Amino acid sequence: MSDILGNPLNLNLGLLLPELILAGVAVLVVFIDMFQAELKASARVVPVVTVLGLLAAGVASVGAIDRVDDFARLVTIDNFTTFFRFLFIAVAVFVIVGSHEYIERYVNHVGEFYALLLLSTAGAMFMASARDLLVAYLAIEVLSFSLYIAVSLGKNDPRSGEAGLKYVLLGGVASAMLLYGLSLLYGVAGSTQYSEIATALAQHHEGLRMPLVLGLALIVGGLAFKVSAVPFHMWAPDAYEGAPMPVTAYLSATSKAATLALFLRWFGGPLLPAIGEWQWMMAAIATLTMVFGNLVALQQHNIKRLLAYSSIAQGGFMLMAIATISDVATSALLVHLGGYVITNLALFTAVIHFYNRTGKEEITDFRGLSRTNPYLALVITAGLFSLAGMPLLAGFFTKFILFQAVVSGGLLWLVIVAVVGSTVSLFYYLQVIRQMYIYEPEGDTTKWSISPTGYLTTFVLFALMVIVGIYGTPLYVVADRAAFALFKG
Amino acid sequence: MTSADGYVLIALCLIPLGTSLALFLVPTTQRSAVQALTGIASLVMLAFSLYVFFKYQFNGEQFQGVLAWTWMQHVGLLGEKGIQFKVGVDGIGASLVLLTGIVIVPATWVTWKIQDRMKEYFILLYLVTAGVYGAFVILDLFFWFLFYEMALMPMYLLIGVWGSTRKEYGAMKLMMMLLAGSIFIFTVIFALFAHVGLGTFDMVALMGAEKDVTFQRIFFPLIVVGCGTLGAMFPFHSWSPDGHAAAPTSVSMLHAGVLMKVGAFGVIRLGYQMMPEGGAYWSPALIVLGITAGLYGAISALRQTDMKLLMGFSSVSHMGYVFLGLGTFNAIGWSGAVLQMTAHGLMTALFFLLIGGMYDQSHNRDIPNFSGMAKQMPVWSIFFIFAAMASLGLPGLSGFIAELHIFIGTFRAYPIIGGLAVLTAAITTTYLIRVLAQAFFGEMNPRWAHLNEITWTERAGAAFLAIAILVLGLWPTPWIERIAPSIINIPGITL
Repeated sequence: MSDILGNPLNLNLGLLLPELILAGVAVLVVFIDMFQAELKASARVVPVVTVLGLLAAGVASVGAIDRVDDFARLVTIDNFTTFFRFLFIAVAVFVIVGSHEYIERYVNHVGEFYALLLLSTAGAMFMASARDLLVAYLAIEVLSFSLYIAVSLGKNDPRSGEAGLKYVLLGGVASAMLLYGLSLLYGVAGSTQYSEIATALAQHHEGLRMPLVLGLALIVGGLAFKVSAVPFHMWAPDAYEGAPMPVTAYLSATSKAATLALFLRWFGGPLLPAIGEWQWMMAAIATLTMVFGNLVALQQHNIKRLLAYSSIAQGGFMLMAIATISDVATSALLVHLGGYVITNLALFTAVIHFYNRTGKEEITDFRGLSRTNPYLALVITAGLFSLAGMPLLAGFFTKFILFQAVVSGGLLWLVIVAVVGSTVSLFYYLQVIRQMYIYEPEGDTTKWSISPTGYLTTFVLFALMVIVGIYGTPLYVVADRAAFALFKG
Repeated sequence: MTSADGYVLIALCLIPLGTSLALFLVPTTQRSAVQALTGIASLVMLAFSLYVFFKYQFNGEQFQGVLAWTWMQHVGLLGEKGIQFKVGVDGIGASLVLLTGIVIVPATWVTWKIQDRMKEYFILLYLVTAGVYGAFVILDLFFWFLFYEMALMPMYLLIGVWGSTRKEYGAMKLMMMLLAGSIFIFTVIFALFAHVGLGTFDMVALMGAEKDVTFQRIFFPLIVVGCGTLGAMFPFHSWSPDGHAAAPTSVSMLHAGVLMKVGAFGVIRLGYQMMPEGGAYWSPALIVLGITAGLYGAISALRQTDMKLLMGFSSVSHMGYVFLGLGTFNAIGWSGAVLQMTAHGLMTALFFLLIGGMYDQSHNRDIPNFSGMAKQMPVWSIFFIFAAMASLGLPGLSGFIAELHIFIGTFRAYPIIGGLAVLTAAITTTYLIRVLAQAFFGEMNPRWAHLNEITWTERAGAAFLAIAILVLGLWPTPWIERIAPSIINIPGITL
């Protein structure tokens, strides 16, 4: 087959197998949940089916390793896509296995909740693999709409509904901004295909500079919203605080990673010829995000808000790599993203299990945790130290690689801002550690333990954190291959 | 040393790390198992440290025991050598490895007294030890920085959980200041990597590479600030008195005794050896900072009443000598600086051990509250007086030989500053004699009649350190022999 311009089209649906599996399982999950009584299925069936579906999608993605192909000139299948497919599947698996007890207790409409997670994962994958602006936009909306609903599914918590509303309203504005930017870009480039936009932008037309810069500014703004970069971060703390915790973990991992994948695809591909027009915007946003995120985090009392601001600040680190985009910066960013996702999931899973037991989420509630649950205290400490970039943990290695790439890209001053921010961040991370280790527990001082799946997920994530911190070479090699696909493939 | 001896260097990094991990498996209630494990580990570390020191051939290569494993290569910007786990020592490193080995043994012994969560304490303490050893023996910037940070990371908990007086404040201040210092180091590492452009973090390769003079002049001061913060260099020293006053005994010993030397060692390794022309340019600034620290620390110590605060300021003053010696940029001043690191490390570890042994019983460290302690605790007092003598530079003890070298070097370079340095030594004598007069002699204060002599492990530890001080004071040749060739290898140093 060919399109109206006569380009041959490859309509091999097998290329989209992982996404198709996820969408199919999402529908299946809703049905199982709906007819649970008739099927005499136990409540655990839904999460089990979800996880099996994710694993099947993971297996289906294996076939795409080292393959370069595209589906109907709309979706690229290469190592970059595959990297993100595995990342998103892993995040969803860890979130579900780590927090299914929480979901049972604190989330409305469990079946729909799991279906939404699957759909948003599929959307995130398309964000990483799209090679056409319209597909990318639709993928963003699939991810966002699933999350708008998931954020508001908290049971008996008015903050959840409020968070959902804020998120959807501000998200709508951001989408409009993005869409307007994309239409301006289409006007300048005359195509929605990444490859053709690149060709069009490479031929410099002075008369088109104005709409191009405006379009780029709107695109950067819209994406900055999704990655919760300052000054488009307003929604993040409220959404993080109000959402059910697994959704918060998911927001901080998949949503952020998918947006960065899109950043890399766009700014490393079609928009690369116009780097002179947008590089300063990225550098400015990265600086603002790191400075503001870290300073505001200093004043937080709620662990979820603290982690929200910390993850805003972490987003700033990642945007630095976009500002100096190259194959080196991309592989470094992917390494950092990997380490960040592992660390954040470990941290959130541990906090979720703390909440399962205590129902509390203020930082002072962690008082004496090292006495009552030393294991959980250790995981949380390791997670916080890793976010701060302390050695033997993932954060040290990934930050080292990321900062080194940015310095080699010529932005030493930006790295200095980042390192200062990273030191400031240690101060607020230490506030949590102080509560856990220095103070004695109050009230209930009996020792307690977490569920077996809780031990499993936190332990695996903790081990990954240490392995990446000590021997991160495999992650770097994989990331390098993904970056290679983006730039030279 | 042959390259096979590199395995000993690796063992020095891995033994404390492995002990930390092994301790996780020991049940908390098994105190004697923890004691046995740490006791053996510390003795093995001492034995290996002695081996490294004496096996170092002072007439051989500069870096000996060099072994390298490729960690990652050909990814991103990394080239053939990329990041390696590479070990090797020069004479300066070898002498500091020995210092670490000597200090860790008594530091382990005195920690056995701790009642609350001793196992966890050791896990963190040995992480610090591993970090310190790593900083002395590793020859790759990635791993060097990893171990450097590893030595700092556990400090917050060690001081915050097990410390005394204003422990949270002291712990946070120490942690934030030291981490702020590593911002500068971090920056220099990346800038150096990008500037040299060899795609490697191998220190030896980076030392040999061509570097712009302007580059060196811009980035050398950053290393001085970054590593100088850990070395308690004026004006970045203010964490030191507060941190030491708050820290538990063995942390003070290890921190003041060894960790601060990592800072000074960083100035040598990352500063002078990596950017010698920058070093030559900025040496006068080091002289000014060094002598200011010497005088300022000594004068501040005159006014202190808390014994540990006094020692904290005294450390600032003594570390000032180290930077003064480095700033002379001549061989004799440098020998003095490196000797002073060992001398101060031994002497200050002894001080903190003794103060800790007394504080555990009296829960009081205010000098005016004490008098006539020589009658109540004679053994303790003898050791204390011995440490004070070493500190004020009595000939025959370690401090004398180090300070003598520094003073000669300073007089050669800047005679007036040399005069000020001798004045500093005089002030040092004053504040130490004042303590001795107030607390140790005169009427016995009956309030302290219940105090017992320090325990046998503490006596053994103190005796061990005292012997080391005596050996270095009477026979410094092995040290000087090893230090001198490494110093002469620094481009541009005056002989």
